Amino acid sequence: MIKRLKKTLLLLFLLLCAAVILGLIKGAVHIPLADIFLQENQAIINMRLFRILAAILVGSGLAVSGIALQAILRNPLAEPYLLGTSSGAGLAAVVAVILGISRIYMPFAAFLGAVISIILVYSLAREENRIMDKSLILSGVIISVAFSSVIVFLVSLFGNEALHEMNWWLWGSLQVYDYKLVLLVALPVVLGIAVIYLFAQDLNAISIGEEESAHLGIDTQKVKKILILITALITASLICICGIIGFVGLIVPHMMRLIVGPNHKVLIPSTCLAASVFMVTCDVFSRTLFAPVEIPIGVITAIIGAPIFLVLLKQGKKI
Amino acid sequence: MKDILRINHLSGGYGKENIITGLSLDISRDDFMGIIGPNGSGKTTLLRFASRVLTPRAGTIYFKEQNIIQMDLKEFCRNVAFVAQDISTGFSYTVTEIVAMGRIPHLKRLQFETKKDREIIEEALILTDTLHFKDKRIDELSAGERQRVIIARALAQEPALLLLDEPTSHLDIGHQIQVLNLLKKLNRRNNLTIVMILHDLNLASAYCNRIVLLDKGAIYKEGSPGEVLTYQNIEAVYKTVVIVNKNPVTGRPNVILVPGEK
Repeated sequence: MIKRLKKTLLLLFLLLCAAVILGLIKGAVHIPLADIFLQENQAIINMRLFRILAAILVGSGLAVSGIALQAILRNPLAEPYLLGTSSGAGLAAVVAVILGISRIYMPFAAFLGAVISIILVYSLAREENRIMDKSLILSGVIISVAFSSVIVFLVSLFGNEALHEMNWWLWGSLQVYDYKLVLLVALPVVLGIAVIYLFAQDLNAISIGEEESAHLGIDTQKVKKILILITALITASLICICGIIGFVGLIVPHMMRLIVGPNHKVLIPSTCLAASVFMVTCDVFSRTLFAPVEIPIGVITAIIGAPIFLVLLKQGKKI
Repeated sequence: MKDILRINHLSGGYGKENIITGLSLDISRDDFMGIIGPNGSGKTTLLRFASRVLTPRAGTIYFKEQNIIQMDLKEFCRNVAFVAQDISTGFSYTVTEIVAMGRIPHLKRLQFETKKDREIIEEALILTDTLHFKDKRIDELSAGERQRVIIARALAQEPALLLLDEPTSHLDIGHQIQVLNLLKKLNRRNNLTIVMILHDLNLASAYCNRIVLLDKGAIYKEGSPGEVLTYQNIEAVYKTVVIVNKNPVTGRPNVILVPGEK
């Protein structure tokens, strides 16, 4: 298993290198590979480097959150966007900006919003003390639409320079406005992914069933709570640098399960790399397809993600 | 110390209702115990208490002198394994991956299986005759094959006590005998204590050395198959007419159902 893991990781790492190089040379201005170290290109290359860093954080953070949520809820459709966590975090961040709270505290507000939306979605999906699979996604989507509408409402009413444009919030963008913020949110995202990986074994067991995992010595309820909070933390952190980007937590994990199988010890690290490749590439498309116009990155992930969502919905429980 | 599990005055259930009421039972190391009783008599609930999924409202369960509620959860799962009727998973794990999960109580966080773990996993696969489809996905298997995989996973836990909830309920008679023969072999050779719920009274009679007959959350009768499987006991608890004679091969009680109105 370790040998297979190493091989997959190496291959994905090489792909990521290729994607990063593509991300550096492609854009509104094409910079030939030989010229990326030239002094005159330094400003653009730096900007692109941060964009790539943001793409890697967003890709791996959202995809690994998706993996964790799919396993603990045993629902193939679970991911931060479809569960309404993203829009809850987004709404709280918008409110924080309108109230004039410093950008550095935006992630904290977003985290609060994420947790509130999770509690809301769960209580909506609870019937007689059980969380219903279909109603969980249904309540998530409803909360997501409701909160997004409030975001639109607030941004149209209070739109100012501190607040990004509407599209930034609703469809996301990897355009980096604040380098410090990217570095600040990198910490909780990386730590969050690491902690989820620490629970890889537990995720394997819990994905078979809550009672089954208890028979294997896992404190299921505790593990579930910890992991849901961590996905909220990751999602909230990412909202602050890229707005709401959907379906990433759906697309890459399902693709990778087909390739490496569902074992989380292998799935999580390979998904991290694959999702980074995916986001960096999507970002290149968003910048170059209709350059100089930039297509919001969430549009690209949604165009790829929506059909996958439909297929999974039709398939039912099978992942 | 002969007893591996001691249940003392156990009461409890779900919500406010007590399903088990004041039940006491000692299980010794070499036991191959069958739990029988009508639907709703508390068989599964009893096993859920013994496997720590439920917490008793009153009474205590001791595993080798230790109160199981106070044991470290992983330590407990290294000693007591549970085999469910079936598992359903949306994830397409391979047979080996499922069986490898039995090693979780023995592994540290993030630790990959060592050579020794892989040997134990392979041994469990061999014992349950599942080695030849170890790379198949769990959702491609028949119910009988899946049942053997679940047992293999429990064996990979290297338990001293194995609890099984109707391990033969989804199986045809050939596979029923196969699974019970395997359990008997493990009981004899590997000193594994077996406690299982069985619906089929004749299978319980043929394989178990002790039988517990439950009725309304309490023990109605407990003892050897000859002592428990009498027509008086069965008719009183199951409210149905039976004839009990001797199985000509085993010499143990053989329960014959009598169709028609009572």
